[in-house]
Amino acid sequence: MTLRGAIAAVGVGTTPAWNTPGQTSLDQLAVAVSAAAADAGIAVSDIDGIFTTTLQQFMPAMSVPEYLGLKVNVLDGTNIGGSSFVAHLVPAMLSLSAGLCEIACVCYGSNQRSAGGKLMTLSEPMTFEAPYKPRSPIGAYAMAAARHMYEYGTTRRQLAEVAVAARQWAKLNPDALMRDDLTIEQVLAARMVSDPLSLLDCCLVTDGGGAVILTTAERARDMRHEPVYLLGAAAATTHRQISQMPDLTVTGAVDSGARAFAMAGLAPDDVDLVQLYDAFTINPILFLEDLGFCPKGEGGRYVEDGRLAPGGALPFNTNGGGLSCCHPGMYGIFLIIEAVRQLRGEAGARQVDGAEVALVHGNGGQLSSQVTALFGTSSTL
Amino acid sequence: MTPQEAGEAPETTYRNALGAGRLLLQRCDETGRFFFYPRTISPFSGQARFTWEEASGQGTVYSTTVIRQKPEAGGSYNLALIDLAEGPRLMSRVEGIAPEAVTIGLPVVAFVGADEKGEPLLLFRPLEETP
Repeated sequence: MTLRGAIAAVGVGTTPAWNTPGQTSLDQLAVAVSAAAADAGIAVSDIDGIFTTTLQQFMPAMSVPEYLGLKVNVLDGTNIGGSSFVAHLVPAMLSLSAGLCEIACVCYGSNQRSAGGKLMTLSEPMTFEAPYKPRSPIGAYAMAAARHMYEYGTTRRQLAEVAVAARQWAKLNPDALMRDDLTIEQVLAARMVSDPLSLLDCCLVTDGGGAVILTTAERARDMRHEPVYLLGAAAATTHRQISQMPDLTVTGAVDSGARAFAMAGLAPDDVDLVQLYDAFTINPILFLEDLGFCPKGEGGRYVEDGRLAPGGALPFNTNGGGLSCCHPGMYGIFLIIEAVRQLRGEAGARQVDGAEVALVHGNGGQLSSQVTALFGTSSTL
Repeated sequence: MTPQEAGEAPETTYRNALGAGRLLLQRCDETGRFFFYPRTISPFSGQARFTWEEASGQGTVYSTTVIRQKPEAGGSYNLALIDLAEGPRLMSRVEGIAPEAVTIGLPVVAFVGADEKGEPLLLFRPLEETP
């Protein structure tokens, strides 16, 4: 069985806003699923494979089909943090390819912002970490940034380049939440939250939902939009608790990236744009190194001079990312949605000309799970 | 008879020792490597073959941050990852100096303090300031 190009994204949808007081996480998830189904030209009731998780449902793979009124043949509620939805592409690919289901939906919703901004969690306490009040997750990412600075001389200014590039993309996206001007100096001057990360090194706190409809390549060719093919996908985990991460400057993206690129038969040079999970500004720097876009330790220098910004050599988080577009608790689904919109050529003012290959990279927990996926247009098959 | 042969959970063995002011670590019988946190089997061998040994208490700051908090909320405090001399890494807090003064590579030594509930808590202080 060849998995490369075996399935395709045929519909994407999000909630129309990022602050929706009164709506539950499932309310917002359902709005996104309905929008994705309409985009695909199918009925919600056509979905027979559900791949989902939330921060509020203990058993999301039952709560979501119940809310949507679905009887599904395949259900998966795996939760590995914000990367979950990128990770769901793997079982979705296998289930669709094997004929266990015909229309798969990966979906998410959250009311994090309107519910008070705290990162809601059903997580068990980490017995050997919680007593030190690590302010999870930022304490972990701050220590990764501090270690990267110590080993490689990465600077706060280089971290700020990431936030500024994301904002410049957001200014081209009418759906992005944060569209004001942002300078490196403003990031550096922002209130420190957990050294060396300031408030503007952190992703947003929003509401919102997102959904992606997938089906086999064969079915996809008869649907409304030009299919966006899944060329490769792979997940990795190195730890659950940050104290157990073998090296805070090297993530599991080394592993997930190598396997996803191998499945796709592609290399970093083939990639036209990247969607990297930017929970904090250190993340894209780590992932660019670990995915092979630059050598280990060079990520800070690599992002300088607007390389990731509009007009730069490597278009990045073209919707504005979690830093400037939206971040409703878990962001992974939005990485896929933006990649699909770019590869369809429907991204408007932020469209990357001639985009054929997009890399999506999800991160979960405290750099704990890493999931890489490569999508391509029909020209890449 | 080892504590585990007597039916004691590894975490209980660890916490009882900590309460008595001792830092115990499990050492894998197959590989000789120490591991932390306490487990029923060694992550290196997959077998319940390990020996409890008292750690030196010496370590080095692997990474550190200051969690910023307003004074009225309790003030800013240190959060650190410590590499123990025996090998394992763990989360802790370095006390005895300002949170901002804790640096990567700083030699530290363990002591047993208390958490907010008064339970024994493994903490560290700079080696040089130890009397």
